[in-house]
Amino acid sequence: MEDKEPLPTEEVSDQTIRRRTFLAFTVFTLAGVGSAGLWQIFKNLPKNKNRLSTPIRKVLGFNEQVNTLLFSEKHLAPTYPVAAAGRAPRVNGKVGLAAQDFDPETWQLQVNTPHKALTKFITLSAIKQLPKTELVVDFKCIEGWNQIVHYGGVTFADFLKFYQLGTLSGKLLALNQPADWYAYVGLETPDRQYYVGLDMPSVLHPQTLLCYEINGEALPLKHGAPLRLIIPTKYGVKSLKRIGTIFFSETPPRDYWHEQGYVYDAAL
Amino acid sequence: MKQIIEKHPVAIRWFHWLNFPLLAIMIWSGLLIYWAHDVYRIGWADQTLLHFFPDSFYKALKIPFRLAEGMSLHFVGMWLFLLNGFLYVLYTIFSGEWRYLLPNKHSFREAWQVTLYDLGISKIHPPKRKFNGAQQIAYTAVILMGIGSVLTGWAIYKPIQLRWLCSLLGGYASARWLHFALTMGYVLFFIIHLIQVIRAGWNKFQAMITGFEIKQTAK
Repeated sequence: MEDKEPLPTEEVSDQTIRRRTFLAFTVFTLAGVGSAGLWQIFKNLPKNKNRLSTPIRKVLGFNEQVNTLLFSEKHLAPTYPVAAAGRAPRVNGKVGLAAQDFDPETWQLQVNTPHKALTKFITLSAIKQLPKTELVVDFKCIEGWNQIVHYGGVTFADFLKFYQLGTLSGKLLALNQPADWYAYVGLETPDRQYYVGLDMPSVLHPQTLLCYEINGEALPLKHGAPLRLIIPTKYGVKSLKRIGTIFFSETPPRDYWHEQGYVYDAAL
Repeated sequence: MKQIIEKHPVAIRWFHWLNFPLLAIMIWSGLLIYWAHDVYRIGWADQTLLHFFPDSFYKALKIPFRLAEGMSLHFVGMWLFLLNGFLYVLYTIFSGEWRYLLPNKHSFREAWQVTLYDLGISKIHPPKRKFNGAQQIAYTAVILMGIGSVLTGWAIYKPIQLRWLCSLLGGYASARWLHFALTMGYVLFFIIHLIQVIRAGWNKFQAMITGFEIKQTAK
């Protein structure tokens, strides 16, 4: 092997070496101590009610803005053949399902439009009369696991159009008129123990379902019978089980996991 | 009077040392996230040689039940890690430093000889260049791994909006595994890097702080 040394060399006094070494190590030490100090300050910033500090929430908010740029109703979650669906969909999370006196037979969906003091009650059989959409998608849990599941229900967009809900004007919702949409939709379990907030564009995404069937069978109680949300464009935390109330809002509705320190949009 | 060799430009030194805490934050917050679904192991069928990670490891580092915190830190830190890496690559391109760093057709043979020398098997001294073949391959590989971490990271961060990227990487579960494997690669790189720095001695270590090496008088 040849020894080439293309690097510049120079004659310098010992004093120059000492001076440059001292200077470099001083800067290095200051930067190191400064970084450690910054980290301590950052770690000990006061936490908001939602368990994160303001600067972190600001960056996460910026990330959500970036996601709205990426988001398109044309970006669909991959779909699979029915045979690819897992036999036993994993059960994860029981919050909002504890009520002993809950009776799916007498259940009705409550839909509130608070600004208009408008309340609707809708039965499951009425929802089942709307056009049915089948969906075999990869359910992604915020914990990191994923599972292909076969869902059946009505798309949220079809539901809103049929009942003429979700618009500020009270007119029929049009996909090309976002100015007339309520910005947010809130969902809560009947006991109000579990609740999510969703941005309207994600709600209107063609794969967002009000779901009453799982793997070809009626939704069991543990999976959120009689009606649950399935929103494949977000982590599973947003796919609320056992919907009690749906309401429309111009500000972000409260969100169970957001209060526990998670990002609000949970968008994929 | 002594002779000094100007070795590392000031920009490279800053990028190098800034990357250390940034990567540490990313690996740490990554661990907090990974804990919530820690499925990777080395083994076959139902034989597990090594599970990532043992409970004692998690407990010692106070990792359990901090998923939300981990995610928030990861999605803040990612910007800084990305920016530092991006500027570093840009700098090496425009300053011409890439000439020292990119492997060439001789690098692989040289890397093999350097490896044999470092393991005490061969007596052929590695060339006295800024970076020998083994270093060129290692330092270029770690940059490619960085790019890989960003791409696999994006794929599992936005698997629907960036569906094309996620599919390219073999799907969601596959991209997550690659993201993890690359991180294990950094840990391996870091261990070898540390050993090599210690073996190379003070003069070479301090050059990454001061920028120059003091030339040894001919032995």
